[in-house]
Amino acid sequence: MNRREVLARLSTGLAVVGTAGLLSFSALAADTIKIGAVAPKTGPLAGGAAVSQWPNIELWAKEVNDRGGLKLKDGQKKVEIIEYDDKTNPGEHIKAAQRLATQDKVDFIIAPYGTGFNVAAAPIYAKYGYPQIAVTSISDQIGELTGRYPGLFFTLGSTTDFVQGVVHVLTGLREKGDIGNKIAMVNVADAFGIELADVARPLFTEAGFEIVYDKSYPLGTPDLSPIIKGAKAANPDAFVAWSYPPDTFGLTEQAIIEDFQVKAFYTAVATAFPAYGGKFGSKINNVLGAGGTNPDDPKIADYRKRHKEVTGKEPDYWASANTYAALEVLAQAIEGVGEADREKVTQYIKDHSFDTVMGELKFENQNSRKYWTVGQWQDGVFRGVDAVNIDGAAPVRVKEGWE
Amino acid sequence: MDILVSGLLLGGTYALVAMGLNLQYGVARIMNLASGEMLVLGALAAFWLFTTAQLSPVLTMIMVAPLAFIGNWLIYQLLLRPLVKRAKNQGQLEVDSILATFGMSFALVGIMVAIHGEYFTYSYLANPFEILGTTVALNRFVAFVVALIIGVTLVLWLNFTRPGTAVRAVSVNTEAAKLVGINVPRISALSFALGGAVTAAGGTLISTFITLDASVGVIFTMKALIIVIMGGVGDMRGSIIAALLLGLVETAVATLIDPGLTLVSAYLIFLGILLFRPQGLFGKRAT
Repeated sequence: MNRREVLARLSTGLAVVGTAGLLSFSALAADTIKIGAVAPKTGPLAGGAAVSQWPNIELWAKEVNDRGGLKLKDGQKKVEIIEYDDKTNPGEHIKAAQRLATQDKVDFIIAPYGTGFNVAAAPIYAKYGYPQIAVTSISDQIGELTGRYPGLFFTLGSTTDFVQGVVHVLTGLREKGDIGNKIAMVNVADAFGIELADVARPLFTEAGFEIVYDKSYPLGTPDLSPIIKGAKAANPDAFVAWSYPPDTFGLTEQAIIEDFQVKAFYTAVATAFPAYGGKFGSKINNVLGAGGTNPDDPKIADYRKRHKEVTGKEPDYWASANTYAALEVLAQAIEGVGEADREKVTQYIKDHSFDTVMGELKFENQNSRKYWTVGQWQDGVFRGVDAVNIDGAAPVRVKEGWE
Repeated sequence: MDILVSGLLLGGTYALVAMGLNLQYGVARIMNLASGEMLVLGALAAFWLFTTAQLSPVLTMIMVAPLAFIGNWLIYQLLLRPLVKRAKNQGQLEVDSILATFGMSFALVGIMVAIHGEYFTYSYLANPFEILGTTVALNRFVAFVVALIIGVTLVLWLNFTRPGTAVRAVSVNTEAAKLVGINVPRISALSFALGGAVTAAGGTLISTFITLDASVGVIFTMKALIIVIMGGVGDMRGSIIAALLLGLVETAVATLIDPGLTLVSAYLIFLGILLFRPQGLFGKRAT
């Protein structure tokens, strides 16, 4: 058999297998609901998505299928998840979403991971009429965006709410006489950090705080010691960092090494990751951070247990529960409508309230305002200490040393 | 003093990142775009063994180096040697090796994501350490010392031993090296493997103080490339000095002017050197 023959046989073989695959595929498609998921598996945001996004999709799909699938008018249907890696690249994301819509012909798509991606991909989801229940997306343009895209929903709050939470916590500490009014503030120099710092500056000043150190640093800065040294030299009462995962870890480590004594120490994204507690142990007791949860809430406690059992790892103490709740909203809306009709499902989400792990969620102008804004590591658990429309916030504690 | 100490430590980190690529690019003529991934692979090994077996990253480094040496030697023999053979000139080899190693970097990222898709974060020697009146992190200091040991050993080996001299000869002129009886394919494979080992060993140390993830390699490749070109391709002293210089300048700018301008300052020096000394600090002008 020469090489040409081998090639010919191989390609015939492949064609047969391919056709068989397609046939079984379309047979399968009739009795499943196809759900697309595009989020980073590689690139700068992959580490975060591997904590807050992907495990929840796995958990949700397993639980829906274990109970027999989604209850529709023509019987129960299981969900089938089709995943793509957007490589933390908005262009790739849009291509993958287009592919899901036109080639895979999925019934629904799970909203992207990250603020920029939710905004960048909104037009493509809107074009194909997919409801987009965004979670990890914090923006002050919520009103404008929901006005433009009728299928776009927000569940984790606005930039102002997010910053306002920190202002509340620090004001509370100042009123009790625990801290003075000097704040050192740093931010990562990308869209997320810059927007937060821009919103925070006037809010802190309005609340009577004085910003004694205000610097930014590029994403991926390998040595953050000059920043902690500079902040320490300014002798502040509180330290606030609008940071991303690698620098959240880096700033905290440097603060421990420099023995940076402040009464309130706040880092943003990834403070709520179990890995943060795992890395620093008891040293980060009373560190403040973005997010929070109430592990004593029976629904949350049960969710955390199931997450651990199914995915083998702990959920984070912030967006994980919101991400799962958004999937619950989608499932309940599909069941409520009784068919995979995207337009009806979108309308259903607008008109109804949903029973989720985050409690009862209801959308007003496509925005559900029920989320934690600030959490604090208290004896090994990252508890919510400030929230919008959620009860059960723990009292804020003062940071005393890095032991 | 703060600036000097912190800057030198950062420079040591950069040296760890760049020395391996210098051997691979300067001697074996392989523009290895998967260099950063090799570094992250070392970091992953350190993270994984630390979290599962509480194994010290320094021990991991000692294990990783020979493994990376063998791995890179195989990569060179199986994947890159055919490219070297068929390349008619230096330019073609450069293009081919860029494409091949670019592909390799994706494969490595995929493998690492499959092993651990989250951040490689753990705490090792994250203690304050007093040196010349400045507080630094002990893990950074250890990395600096190891970088220094590797760097000095490499420079001595290259300058005062027979195989080292052969490596330098290949780096200066492949054709002439053949004429004086040097086994160029063997020396090239050796340099590529040694470069990979140095990079992976650097990764294990860097993982103790920088939080890495599977896809972060490209950032290190870029830094390494800048340093190698600044120092002069194929010159180990040049890479080490360029790395220290970069560390000092970035720290000085971050402390005295603004942390936001560190990247700008790094690229400014790079640009300056490209403009006024395109062959690099220690490089010889091509004849």
